[in-house]
Amino acid sequence: MNEFVLVWSYLKAKPLNTVLNILLFALGIAVITVLLLFNNQLEEKISSNAKGIDLVVGAKGSPLQLILCNIFHIDYPTGNINLKEAEQISRSRLIKKAVPLALGDSYQSYRIVGTTPEYVDLYHLELAQGEWWNHELETTIGTTVARELKLNVGDSFQSTHGLAEGGSGHEEQRFVVKGILKQTNSVVDNLILTSVETVWHVHEHAAADTTAVNHDIHAQHDTTFVASRLIPTHPAGDSTKEVTSLLIQYRSPMAAIQLPRMINSESKLQAASPAFETARLFSILGVGVEILTGFAYVLIFISALSVFIALYNSLKERRYDLAIMRSMGASKGKLFVNIVLEGAVLTALGSVAGLLLGHGILIALGTGVEEMRKAGLTGLVFYSTEWIILAGSLLLGVICALIPAVQAYRTDISRVLASN
Amino acid sequence: MVAVSKLSFSYTPDRSISFPDFALAKGEHCLLLGESGSGKTTLLHLLGGLLRGYNGSLQVGSTELASLSESALDKFRGKNIGFVFQKNHLISALSVEKNVIMSPYLAGINIDKAHAHEVLTSLGLASKIKSSVKEISQGQAQRVAIARAVMNHPAVILADEPTSALDDKNCALVSNLLLDVASRNNATLVVATHDQRLKDKIKNQIVL
Repeated sequence: MNEFVLVWSYLKAKPLNTVLNILLFALGIAVITVLLLFNNQLEEKISSNAKGIDLVVGAKGSPLQLILCNIFHIDYPTGNINLKEAEQISRSRLIKKAVPLALGDSYQSYRIVGTTPEYVDLYHLELAQGEWWNHELETTIGTTVARELKLNVGDSFQSTHGLAEGGSGHEEQRFVVKGILKQTNSVVDNLILTSVETVWHVHEHAAADTTAVNHDIHAQHDTTFVASRLIPTHPAGDSTKEVTSLLIQYRSPMAAIQLPRMINSESKLQAASPAFETARLFSILGVGVEILTGFAYVLIFISALSVFIALYNSLKERRYDLAIMRSMGASKGKLFVNIVLEGAVLTALGSVAGLLLGHGILIALGTGVEEMRKAGLTGLVFYSTEWIILAGSLLLGVICALIPAVQAYRTDISRVLASN
Repeated sequence: MVAVSKLSFSYTPDRSISFPDFALAKGEHCLLLGESGSGKTTLLHLLGGLLRGYNGSLQVGSTELASLSESALDKFRGKNIGFVFQKNHLISALSVEKNVIMSPYLAGINIDKAHAHEVLTSLGLASKIKSSVKEISQGQAQRVAIARAVMNHPAVILADEPTSALDDKNCALVSNLLLDVASRNNATLVVATHDQRLKDKIKNQIVL
């Protein structure tokens, strides 16, 4: 026999009331937990995706679209930019690193990204197996792509024109998987990386149906060859070629002030800052999150009220019990602690159930919904904030039980026992 | 064991009640008789330390109850006094066994389950140990209440109308049991009642 056995016996004596209270509380906590997990992971993903990228340069259009397309790979490109113009920009002293991206094709809705080995450095990518893409039509794929499409090193596949599923196929060219990346927990897990030339090649082929000029690395052996700053295997100053965007890393903080303005005002191109655009995106999403959070707090408030009412009502029925306990030697303080404990146990159980439910919901969504799986959102992460939720729930339970506990403390035992 | 002298109690400043002096030796029993409203329950509650703030002297053992602080009185009550009430007031959320165990638990004494089982068995409740108190009869419930009262080997057992709600058969059973457990524990039994059926059982009577 101890306090918890006693409290538990009282809770068990009214199973429906107890279950209702725990359920109500759990629902509120579950909504908060889902929001917490979702929001935190989303922010982590966004910051890890945009890490090391200070600016994205692409065709004019919506800056948010430019970021969504080239960093998060969810929106469509704003258009293409001329390789020569891109090279001119990359010559700026303010730029430390400029990585070209060529988008436009996909396989089973996973995007094929034409880029250079610089991209690997930018995202600190590592190989899990196989090797990097080197020749045309060779690819290195993200872990999610490999897992979901069951692709292994040496497998080949046919790309589709466009970024959505069910576009027209590029019939003759078959891509080959040369390597699989280690998990990064960023959008790269969902990408198929290849060379820029491969993307060009595939498209020229599709457009003109002529044999493509072989832009292979052999070109480097040409004595008159001046390599492009952006694509070392391609000659410089080729104005016939296009890329989708440039991912730029600044050389100095000064660049943040000068470079975007320079690009936006002096060229036909557009520069967008991932930090600024994602902040803007979050402020748009924030409204919905706030409404849901408010809703969760209302739920928690109602359940706290319900715990209070339950304790308050049960106290009326328990006046004799309390008086009897006093007659057996229980101090006022002991009764006080018991009632407070009952409130705390109710909300603690509700809180634990809510946290489990919240994680469960995200685990279910993370495995069942393809979009969630692609985004890499999971219910199997724990944040320290959850301890705060638990502690806060305990505190709330104590507060709810305070008035009933004071009443228990003040019970006039003699009067209660004499009044039968 | 119990000594009362010049004892009076004020419910409100202008409503007070005085009690006759009496003294009981260890193991001696007595009946408190009187009409309802005569102060039987008040005296019993004073003896048990459920009511404080009396005038005069009231000693249980060698302790003047007024000299104890409220929490000391709680402890004293838990260790030295066992209560049996008219309605048995068992805690309905708990089993028979747990109701009995509550007594040492709340008094802060080591919980001896074997002793609890022994007491329950001696009261003919061996088969009901694990039952919910909602499933047992009125007479059985009163026996559980008696078991609970004697769990801590109290020096004094105070019973408030323990038999008035019972029929003749159960009345005899319960009063015999009370006397039996009291003498087995060498405890002083004080029974407040207007139940005439008890007059033959306890000769020592105080009329209020």
